[in-house]
Amino acid sequence: MAEANSFKLEVRSRPDNVGLVRLAVAALAAAAPFAVADLEEIKVAVSEAVTNALVHGYGGRDEGWVLVEASLSAEWLRVVVADRGCGMEDVGLARQAAADGERLGLGVLFMETFMDEVAIESQPGAGTRVVLQKRVPAPSAAALGREAASDGP
Amino acid sequence: MAISYRVEPGRLTVALERDLDLASAADARAALDALLDRYPDRDLRVDLSAVSFIDSTGLGVLLGRYRRLSAAGRAMHLDGVQPAVSAVLTVAGVRQIMSWDAGVSDRTREKGVVADGGGQLV
Repeated sequence: MAEANSFKLEVRSRPDNVGLVRLAVAALAAAAPFAVADLEEIKVAVSEAVTNALVHGYGGRDEGWVLVEASLSAEWLRVVVADRGCGMEDVGLARQAAADGERLGLGVLFMETFMDEVAIESQPGAGTRVVLQKRVPAPSAAALGREAASDGP
Repeated sequence: MAISYRVEPGRLTVALERDLDLASAADARAALDALLDRYPDRDLRVDLSAVSFIDSTGLGVLLGRYRRLSAAGRAMHLDGVQPAVSAVLTVAGVRQIMSWDAGVSDRTREKGVVADGGGQLV
């Protein structure tokens, strides 16, 4: 991959935008030598961050905005998901079950399991910012072998 | 989210489609609960062969139905679990509490397999 690529995307706090954002990030990440399983994991982590913004930040109201900044370098995929919703006094609250009792606080677990670095900053009344980072794997020996073979004599 | 189902003696099979996330969770939850109410004596098999993505919100729908069924002494089984879905279920520890298969043993969506009822919801 020659140049680092990046995008900024601001979406309404609507449930259908959870899918939109994770597909955009996966499309960016697909330019790096991530395995298919890595891309699936990235999609889950991004989905959790955006869902947290909608459910915790904006309480399910759709008039808010979620800002997503994603960048891909030779070493890292970095995704920042920020809302200007209600924020949290204690980011540990994000681990707790949502009001419907069915999300079980697994979102943070998934982000931490599927990404290499996760940071959550939140201020009551100001919003929440989640930074997800995943290390770009080195191109596999098999892929290098294929390139070498396709160069041919 | 498109949902189809099939009713057989002792078993209700529900096939979910596409992504199971915040955008589809409410519909999926309502449809599953409506079917579980309508067929109160049957175990549930969820066909996930057409579900390629699930996150904690989607998983919450499955776990919520599991809790409801186990409280009533009914079994729940996941079928057709795709690799991306399997990774999420494994991290969440679902493998320890719910049975599931990666393969698809039959096709809920095919016409003409309805035993004593079935159709499309949502």
